Amino acid sequence: MENVLGIINLINERQHLKDLTAHRNVASVPFGGRYRLIDFTMSNLINADVSKVAVFPKEKYLSVMDHLGSGKEWNLDRRSGGLYILPPIHPDETVTGDMKQFYDHLSFFERAEADTVIISPGSHVCKLDFNEVLDYHKKHKADITVVYKDYVGELIEKPIYHTCSVDSDEDITDISFYTIPRPGDHVCLETFIISKSLLVNLIKSCVASGEYDFLKDAVKANLHRFTVKGYNFTGDMPFIHSIESFHASNMNFLNPSVIRSFFGDTWDVYTKIKHEAPTKYSSSSKVTNSLIANGCDIEGIVENSILFRGVKVKKGAIVRNSIIMQKGVIEEGAIVENIITDKEVRVTSEKSVIGLKQPTVIKKAEII
Amino acid sequence: MGAKKWIAMLLAGGQGSRLGELTIGLAKPAVPFGGKYRIIDFPLSNCTHSGIDTVGVLTQYQPLILNDYVGNGKAWDLDLDVGGVSVLPPYQGKEGGEWYKGTANAVYQNIQYIDNYDPEHVLILSGDHIYKMDYSKMLDYHIEKNAEATIAVIQVPWQEASRFGIMNTNDDDKVTQFDEKPKFPKSNLASMGVYLFNWKTLRRYLINDEKDENSSNDFGSNIIPKMLEDRKKLYAYRFNDYWKDVGTVESLWQAHMDLLEDTPNFQLNDQQWKIFARNANHPPQYISPDAEVSQSLINEGCMIHGKIEHSVLSYNVQVGYGSTIIDSVIMPNVTIGENVHIERSIIASNCVIEDGAVVGNSAVTSDITLIGENQTIINPNKKKITLN
Repeated sequence: MENVLGIINLINERQHLKDLTAHRNVASVPFGGRYRLIDFTMSNLINADVSKVAVFPKEKYLSVMDHLGSGKEWNLDRRSGGLYILPPIHPDETVTGDMKQFYDHLSFFERAEADTVIISPGSHVCKLDFNEVLDYHKKHKADITVVYKDYVGELIEKPIYHTCSVDSDEDITDISFYTIPRPGDHVCLETFIISKSLLVNLIKSCVASGEYDFLKDAVKANLHRFTVKGYNFTGDMPFIHSIESFHASNMNFLNPSVIRSFFGDTWDVYTKIKHEAPTKYSSSSKVTNSLIANGCDIEGIVENSILFRGVKVKKGAIVRNSIIMQKGVIEEGAIVENIITDKEVRVTSEKSVIGLKQPTVIKKAEII
Repeated sequence: MGAKKWIAMLLAGGQGSRLGELTIGLAKPAVPFGGKYRIIDFPLSNCTHSGIDTVGVLTQYQPLILNDYVGNGKAWDLDLDVGGVSVLPPYQGKEGGEWYKGTANAVYQNIQYIDNYDPEHVLILSGDHIYKMDYSKMLDYHIEKNAEATIAVIQVPWQEASRFGIMNTNDDDKVTQFDEKPKFPKSNLASMGVYLFNWKTLRRYLINDEKDENSSNDFGSNIIPKMLEDRKKLYAYRFNDYWKDVGTVESLWQAHMDLLEDTPNFQLNDQQWKIFARNANHPPQYISPDAEVSQSLINEGCMIHGKIEHSVLSYNVQVGYGSTIIDSVIMPNVTIGENVHIERSIIASNCVIEDGAVVGNSAVTSDITLIGENQTIINPNKKKITLN
């Protein structure tokens, strides 16, 4: 694909994952045993041969910078193109909107050798073929293409999604902000295709008139002026809007057909390489229906769970229906049930931590 | 170009014919090991951890996979502007060129490469051993002893000593004699194939050795004995950790079994001394509700529905329902169907073991069964379906 610039927009992230985002972006929340949420968007861009990607974080961006590094795992350590991380340039001012931060880096957009820009948040878990969306964009001669997905799932607690109305010509006719979608409602995935020249013009004109929100001030405000098309994404994608749905969508990967559909031969999901050794199952281990990354050391019982890289489950320990993130240690005789432990949590021997009604999060590096 | 304190030359040209079908298409150092590594990852990672930033990899036999694998050295942090890793096959110059005739000749033919870095010391390594070693401690010892060459040695059981190159030493571990595979060993200090030389001295010996038409141009048989004859100061450096030669099917299998002890002598999962490898990108391993796994090492990309007992599974191995794998080593990308039984075997990369097939012999006295790369093993009892 020639001359496409990928923008991963983390400026509009919501705080629905609570403790898991206490010290990191939503995009860098660990997912699926060895990934972070942003890996899926990054890989979608790379799999579409986008060779220049800029990430716009708003705050707490140490882990996203640490994770992406020079971009070498995504083959973005190139002479031309490559990976850019463009944080706010006035750290003491609150960010008023994504357009403001784009404006602060306007020269980046102006200099980028690109005709077309893909804008996407960093938290969708899906295989979205951007080449198909680009074809759609061209075929419909759209000024802006908005990717949406019909809502599936239970009623959400907090209105965090924007929904769009689409007419029979696939034109976007309206956008509603912060709604609680019913099944079948068109949830805006905040993923767009737009030409670079139009984007640059919109950034300039919005900021000039004190408007700072891309979706509201550039897309919705111009629905009648521009051709704004809706691309219906019908592939698999969990709606992650709470700790509970985060837990459930991880657990959904305990299924060979889901694993194959996400990580099949023709589609790689890239992530940071950690050079972890093979996982060791000792003579006392008992593991069933679990997804396990490399570098783990398992001497205890693991059922219906996801273990990230470098987790230790000691003799006599039991882990059930849980997600144990990187370098967690479950000591001898401890019981962990219906729990999400953030990175580097240690559950000391003979302790039990059980999430009663809902999966419960244990904060990073806590010792229990 | 600034001088380097020391550089390493890794002899990776060997065929490893005793590994049988495993080395038909690749050189011994490229043989997979430990589920996600190749043998060459061990010396290369040791170099990285020891602070050696320039490594020449001397290739000859079946070099394609090895060349591709080593690449620009990124996996071992050896992708540097000056130094880093260089793959060095035999080449032609104005006076012609020839194959590497022996280990010493291989280094002789690359004198120019080494001179480029003007190193004080050159470390000679081989690509056939599994071990974790801090070569910088050996360098300290070498300097402390004011030696001209230092040879790493390991104590082997006396009954096995006659299979190795044996160093006879005085009380100070100064080498007095080198016996290649002695019938009646006088010592049990075996050479590990790790030599550290003062480059100026080695350079002279390589040039003289090349002039000697009777020489087989080998470090163990020619260079070391000649230096001893000339009463040069050679010291033995004792290494007391795990070291395993994996030159035969049996020893390769045994080295894998060594990894499976609950507290193994050789720990792959070592945060202080990670073994680096070129990583293929695979999802986490999935252990299904029907699977049973004990005393095993399993890697990313595996999908396990059967029973795995005391075995090593490389990345991307699929094991179907009702299958059992015992005391075996399964290399990358192997697909194992349903109701398969595999025991005391090594299955090389990309094999397909079809439903109901049986591989290997459970008798502990039997040889290890080796299935070479890219083979399909069928169930002989399967009814043949003829299509009209």
